[in-house]
Amino acid sequence: MSTELDSPRTLTAARGRAAQRGLTTRQAVSDRAFRVALLGATLLFVALIAGLFVELVHGSWESIVTFGAGFLWSSEWNPVTNHFGALPFIYGTVVSSAIAIVIAGVVGISAAVFLAEFAPAVVARPVSFFIELLAAVPSVVFGLWGLFVLAPILSQTVEPFLQRYLGFLPLFSGPIYGVGLFTAGLLLALMIVPTVAAIARDLIQAVPNELREASIALGATRWETATRVVLPSARAGIVGACVLALGRALGETIAATMVIGNRPAISASLFAPGYTLSSVIANEFTEATSSIYLSALLELGLILFVVSVVVNGGARVLMWSMLRSLGRRP
Amino acid sequence: MQTTVVAAENSVPVEDEADVALCARSISAWYGTKLAIRDVSLDFRRHSISALMGPSGCGKTTFLRCLNRIHESALGASTTGEVLLDGTNIYDPGVNPVVTRRRIGMVFQRPNPFPTMSIFENVVSGPRYTGLSRNPRELKDLAEEALRQAALFDEVKDKLDDPALSLSGGQQQRLCIARALAVQPEVLLMDEPTSALDPLSTLKIEELMEQLATNYTVVIVTHNLQQAARVSNFAAFMLGDADRVGSVIEYAPTQQIFTHPNDRRTEDYITGRFG
Repeated sequence: MSTELDSPRTLTAARGRAAQRGLTTRQAVSDRAFRVALLGATLLFVALIAGLFVELVHGSWESIVTFGAGFLWSSEWNPVTNHFGALPFIYGTVVSSAIAIVIAGVVGISAAVFLAEFAPAVVARPVSFFIELLAAVPSVVFGLWGLFVLAPILSQTVEPFLQRYLGFLPLFSGPIYGVGLFTAGLLLALMIVPTVAAIARDLIQAVPNELREASIALGATRWETATRVVLPSARAGIVGACVLALGRALGETIAATMVIGNRPAISASLFAPGYTLSSVIANEFTEATSSIYLSALLELGLILFVVSVVVNGGARVLMWSMLRSLGRRP
Repeated sequence: MQTTVVAAENSVPVEDEADVALCARSISAWYGTKLAIRDVSLDFRRHSISALMGPSGCGKTTFLRCLNRIHESALGASTTGEVLLDGTNIYDPGVNPVVTRRRIGMVFQRPNPFPTMSIFENVVSGPRYTGLSRNPRELKDLAEEALRQAALFDEVKDKLDDPALSLSGGQQQRLCIARALAVQPEVLLMDEPTSALDPLSTLKIEELMEQLATNYTVVIVTHNLQQAARVSNFAAFMLGDADRVGSVIEYAPTQQIFTHPNDRRTEDYITGRFG
């Protein structure tokens, strides 16, 4: 805001003139035009979402009619016999995104706490800059790096290590390929950690300093203050940041496709190859020769759409309830 | 240069050294390179209320914040001098400020209860930090005692699990006082504790302060001269110089400062000629 306009004298004078004059015709017309334009812009978003949903249902109608609800829990994906089921893709999407958000959540929030509460400015500023830069790296670059650097490292060191000590768990058993759910999850985590870290840092910085001082004055250490007062005060927003990041992980296509192994199978092991909803659409869309094949792919898109909407909606509800428990209006 | 000699006008006559609970010696404080207060030495008598008065920017809040070493928690802030708590300098390198702050409680200008916690959790947050107690029954007793001391228990006893922010501003401030008392400090620092409150809540807090002075050493910063006159036993008048560096002009029993101030500037301030 310009300081000139804000100065009390200017404001008072302007108010005085407006009161003498009332609304001019020009003001009335522009006011109405403005309102209509805003309403139009808002409705456009609603129409886009609704149109997308209708079009996806329309395109996948053949598949919905043919396979019914069984599409959701059938594991078969056979373009030759035209039998299609979505379960391996749902599984791959959910598991890789879950790995990603758990890792990105822990790392991102820790980094945010460090940057906002503990790091001196000479460290915090450049590190924050690089974290934001990381968010700008194209996902295909992440994918290439994941395939040629991350996957070999994981298959030679991290995954054998996990298997040696945690191999009794089915999650870490089985042959190690390098590409697979674990690699995809870790790569997705790297891609979404900047979102979590950057937003969480801003939210933590926005926590009023008087709360920190209240805590410090009680004889709390900075660590206790950060974990018991500052983080809880920012938690509603941080949950929102994680959901935003999760949304990106769920929909991420190219990077996941490059490192997940692209095998439509469900395996208990995280080291086994998998497949995600978005990967299979991207990979097979051009090969979908029969109409039922195309329709099945579109139904996968519909599922992804619904999952994203449900995740975002659920998070919104969660945030509202948290804010209500704080006694604040959202 | 640090002096241990206290200027005569800054000391309050005390019969016995043991009567002094908190004793500031040549405190100077900086924000970055900006000197905010210079060479402030004041003694605070045990179980009494001492008021720090002065116009805005005279450094009274900064000085108060030096007394529990919270001043240095701000970025770039620093302090020199000594603060003796029962004879021990809290600025000694061997003294942990976190532990010191448990003995010197603080109440802030605006009520600042922890928004994510209930009324009960707010009160016991201190004892939980300090490890004073973790036993649920003991914590409950501690909370009740602190809330009673803060004259809040009867108003909240049926809704201890409600969010702290559901209370009114005045109740929130008494909750903050209860929270500070639950740590069982010896000294209570209050930074304009009623400036954000309505007159009725202010009155309640002032009555409360007088009760607290029977068990605690209270140091209060106030803008409000009437408040200083009403509640305090001793009063210090602080003033900033041309460079806005604050120092103590006069420190005496409240009665004396308001009736026979020694310094012309104190008189001008009290009679409303400036500030």
